[in-house]
Amino acid sequence: MITTILSIFITLAVMVLIAKPSGIYLAKAFDYKKTGLDKVFGPLENLLFKLSGIKKVNQSWKQYALALILTNGFMIILVFAVFRLQGVLPLNPSGNPGMEPTLAFNTAISFMTNTNLQHYSGESGLSYLGQMIGILFMMFAAPGTALAVAIAFVRGLSGREIGNFFVDLFRAITRVLMPVALVTGLIFVALGVPQTLEPSITAETIEGTAQEIARGPVGTFLSIKELGNNGGGFFGVNSAHPFENPNAISNFIQILLMFLLPAALPFTYGKMVGNFKQGRVLFVSMLMVFIVFLSTALFYEYQGNPALNALGIDTEQGSMEGKEVRFGTGQSIFYALVTTATETGAVNTMHDTLTPIGGMLALSNMLLNTVFGGVGAGFINVMMYAMIAVFLSGLMVGRTPEFLGKKIEGREMKLIAITMLMQPLLILGASAAALYTPLGTAAISNSGFHGVSQVVYEYTSSAANNGSGFEGLGDATPYWNITTGIVMYIGRFFGLITMLAVAGSLASKKLVPETVGTFRTDTPLFGVILVGTFFIVGALTFFPTLVLGPVAEYLTL
Amino acid sequence: MKNEQKLAGPIIRSSFTIMILAGLIYPLVSTGIAQAIMPDQADGSLLYNEQGEVVGSELIGQNFTDPMYFHGRESAIEYDASGSGSNNYAPSNQDMITRTEESIAAWSEENPATPVDQLPIDLVTDSASGLDPHISVEGAAAQVERVSELTEISRERLKELIEENTQGKEWGLFGEERVNVLMLNLDLQELIQE
Repeated sequence: MITTILSIFITLAVMVLIAKPSGIYLAKAFDYKKTGLDKVFGPLENLLFKLSGIKKVNQSWKQYALALILTNGFMIILVFAVFRLQGVLPLNPSGNPGMEPTLAFNTAISFMTNTNLQHYSGESGLSYLGQMIGILFMMFAAPGTALAVAIAFVRGLSGREIGNFFVDLFRAITRVLMPVALVTGLIFVALGVPQTLEPSITAETIEGTAQEIARGPVGTFLSIKELGNNGGGFFGVNSAHPFENPNAISNFIQILLMFLLPAALPFTYGKMVGNFKQGRVLFVSMLMVFIVFLSTALFYEYQGNPALNALGIDTEQGSMEGKEVRFGTGQSIFYALVTTATETGAVNTMHDTLTPIGGMLALSNMLLNTVFGGVGAGFINVMMYAMIAVFLSGLMVGRTPEFLGKKIEGREMKLIAITMLMQPLLILGASAAALYTPLGTAAISNSGFHGVSQVVYEYTSSAANNGSGFEGLGDATPYWNITTGIVMYIGRFFGLITMLAVAGSLASKKLVPETVGTFRTDTPLFGVILVGTFFIVGALTFFPTLVLGPVAEYLTL
Repeated sequence: MKNEQKLAGPIIRSSFTIMILAGLIYPLVSTGIAQAIMPDQADGSLLYNEQGEVVGSELIGQNFTDPMYFHGRESAIEYDASGSGSNNYAPSNQDMITRTEESIAAWSEENPATPVDQLPIDLVTDSASGLDPHISVEGAAAQVERVSELTEISRERLKELIEENTQGKEWGLFGEERVNVLMLNLDLQELIQE
């Protein structure tokens, strides 16, 4: 127990130490002025720009948004076709068939929106080609898109030109995602993760039966899965599979990779607006919420499941149902909280089996969607909450709210308000519909209050573009494929576009000179107000639902 | 700078460029490097017998039902490694509680000499993957009595064997102490055959 807490503390300390330098690197990587990085990446990028017919010209926010929507839309169509046709395409040693249409629809959207909700199982649902030019392709394109938008958003806030979508997308891949993924992918292989294009192998076991062992090019897949906050597993059980997470060191690196970009972006923002304190306040506020959630979840998970504790066996290890021995209770619930905070969606334990309160905190991370959040999209969401906090404070003291020297007025607040309302509308609306129709309720595998949690978790995970699930839910049906597909799509693109509009609108405003009466957004006080806003807006919206699901289950266990 | 750029060309061409770069070049290059410098891990940490046949993977658990061998954890898929998965039972799920009770009863029958309060929870619960290669050190120790009786190997020798196959926490801090059941049973098999 003590060593586990120490190991978690060390992991978080390393995360905090690398956040700021990574943030500064990101600011530099996306700087359109000449930097030293051009020498390293310039030749490759120029080749890629030439191949893609890209000119380095600035776009308006509308052009930027249009390029983003259409490019992602085209990629969805492309990958949909790959999934449908994989049965007749090459690199299919296990002979997996093409995907059923609603499943291909769901999966293509799922990976383009950085959600990685998986209604298929990797071993039998995808060919190696499907895993590569379908899934891997999008695992770069989706976080690349989000990173690009986040940078464009900050450029707008800091009064600069928005930039060029294609240039940003390629730079995200060549300067950030691919180098890190390549190196960490090979480290994962050194730790025992397979990296082969050979088909599965059959072993003759000690007891004389045959055991077929699935494998594949997992290492490269794993690194971008975590780094890009994608989360989709090569294998059905994701990072709980011993090949996808062989020991606690690979687990440690995965957690750091999940944190890397979401933790760096506040500092990128600080650097780009020329005031590090702005970024630090955001970072510390999110870290505090994370630590409170994590400590609570650890406490309840170590208590174990009262129903099993009553059976007279040795339950010192905590609640081990759905967990792996090499991670134990500590590293399992830690991973669960990190994957939901960073909207990655990779799992090393089955979230359905978490104790009610542990599961509720994982769910709450996604409902708030502001405890770090996924690469790019999460940061933009946090900035939206920062503006709401400024607006609320402005109302309380009776001044026009200002953010980074720009007045926040009716137009911005309207965009923010509909974006803020969209998330509960998607989650609660879709959950209510699913709980009302037999098409939805038929999927529930754990009856009673936990069934409510299963449904709400699925749609929350979709709307927040997380991708983990209470996987007992029998969600591989057309109803679930289509509804979650729609929720993922709107959950992703609606907020990105509206917030780009906010940034575009703020960029065109005149700077208001700072006075003694200006409400500062780089102080601890602002951090407190920000966290308060997370909870007032987020918790009040979803509290009744949490009472019906996890809280009721906890009280009746 | 001009504010004009046609979209259709760049959209289609950049999509295909990224697809080839990220979906083909990246995995093929890394597979090449991995296969060249660490083929054992890249192929799946496979274990071979003296005849050179694959007997399993060090990382993938196997199903042990013979009471002579040490047993691993419960697996909803009986350690079928062509897939992976578990039951996703909620803590309140009655099926899970019933299954655990049955497992405890079956265990008591097989290990009459060891009291139930020495049976650690990992032995009677589902792992997440259904392929967990490990059990806790307590979980191995609790089976010594049974295995010793059936194989006529002394308890001390078995305890040594467990110790040899115990992996500590990584860097002394991360993860949990554990025993690899397959490796332990491979050693045990050698002793039995002697």
